Amino acid sequence: MYKIGVMGDRDSIYGFQSVGLTVFPIDDTNEGIKTLRSISEEYAVIFITEKLALEMDSEIQKYKDKTVPAIIPIPGVTGNTGLGMKNVSRSVEQAVGSDILGG
Amino acid sequence: MARLNVNPTRMELTNLKRKLVTARRGHKLLKDKRDELMRRFMEKVRENKELRKKVEEKIKEANLHMAIARSVMSDTAIEAALMMPMQEMNVDIVSRNVMSVIIPEYKTSFKTADSADIYPYGFAYTSTDLDDAVKSLSDILPDLIKLAEIEKSCQLMAVEIEKTRRRVNALEHVMIPRYEETIKYIAMKLDENERGATTRTMKVKDMMLQQAHNY
Repeated sequence: MYKIGVMGDRDSIYGFQSVGLTVFPIDDTNEGIKTLRSISEEYAVIFITEKLALEMDSEIQKYKDKTVPAIIPIPGVTGNTGLGMKNVSRSVEQAVGSDILGG
Repeated sequence: MARLNVNPTRMELTNLKRKLVTARRGHKLLKDKRDELMRRFMEKVRENKELRKKVEEKIKEANLHMAIARSVMSDTAIEAALMMPMQEMNVDIVSRNVMSVIIPEYKTSFKTADSADIYPYGFAYTSTDLDDAVKSLSDILPDLIKLAEIEKSCQLMAVEIEKTRRRVNALEHVMIPRYEETIKYIAMKLDENERGATTRTMKVKDMMLQQAHNY
């Protein structure tokens, strides 16, 4: 049985606590990397705010070809940076060679 | 294309021919795998994009509710209200094998079945905006999990497609031409040896006749 976690700045993720997810308020990148490493075994899905995801992108890439955990960027309170969409396009680029779906 | 560095013997020729057949079959199979993976991948990616757009929109809405709640209530009050969650969400992974890519499917379960358990606070001292915020977050949860599932599948498939594509290309443009060239080289060499041998025998025959009968 796995759990679901949310990482990011406190304001963006606090509400998820009440609906049954575990929240990890993160203030700086190093802390985020450390937290991610320690929870990657136990949590099947980790939502992470786009701002934080951008900062620790190299760490997130390490989990890309593993089945667990799925690390999914979501927009935080500061707004949508388009990082999530960019990640999808990046997958297409990796598979096809170029982003044939565009935008 | 450089040929392989082998001795031009009949045994090597047989071996190489066998290898060429295997390489051709492997190439065909891998190509089929790549095409099918690609088809499924494109389906998933389209779905992924649409779902992500929808989810991002909804999160924005939920954040809006949260912002309103935050403006009505003090930070400490909100924190106190949300501090002890009643609901807990767990997820089980069922893995499915799609063209040798293991993709996950998430089955979620809640600790308590009561849908009202998403509000871990009494309603007396909190604003209704907080209720709205919590409700909207709880509403997007199924979509969020679905998004996680699809997005992870896409990532895993992308990695596999890249690998398969490389293998197909390596077979098509390196291995197979190299085998073909080497086979041709050995065949030519063997033919040449044979012709050499025939000529030599004819020559020796001539010489022997010369010696015996003075032709």
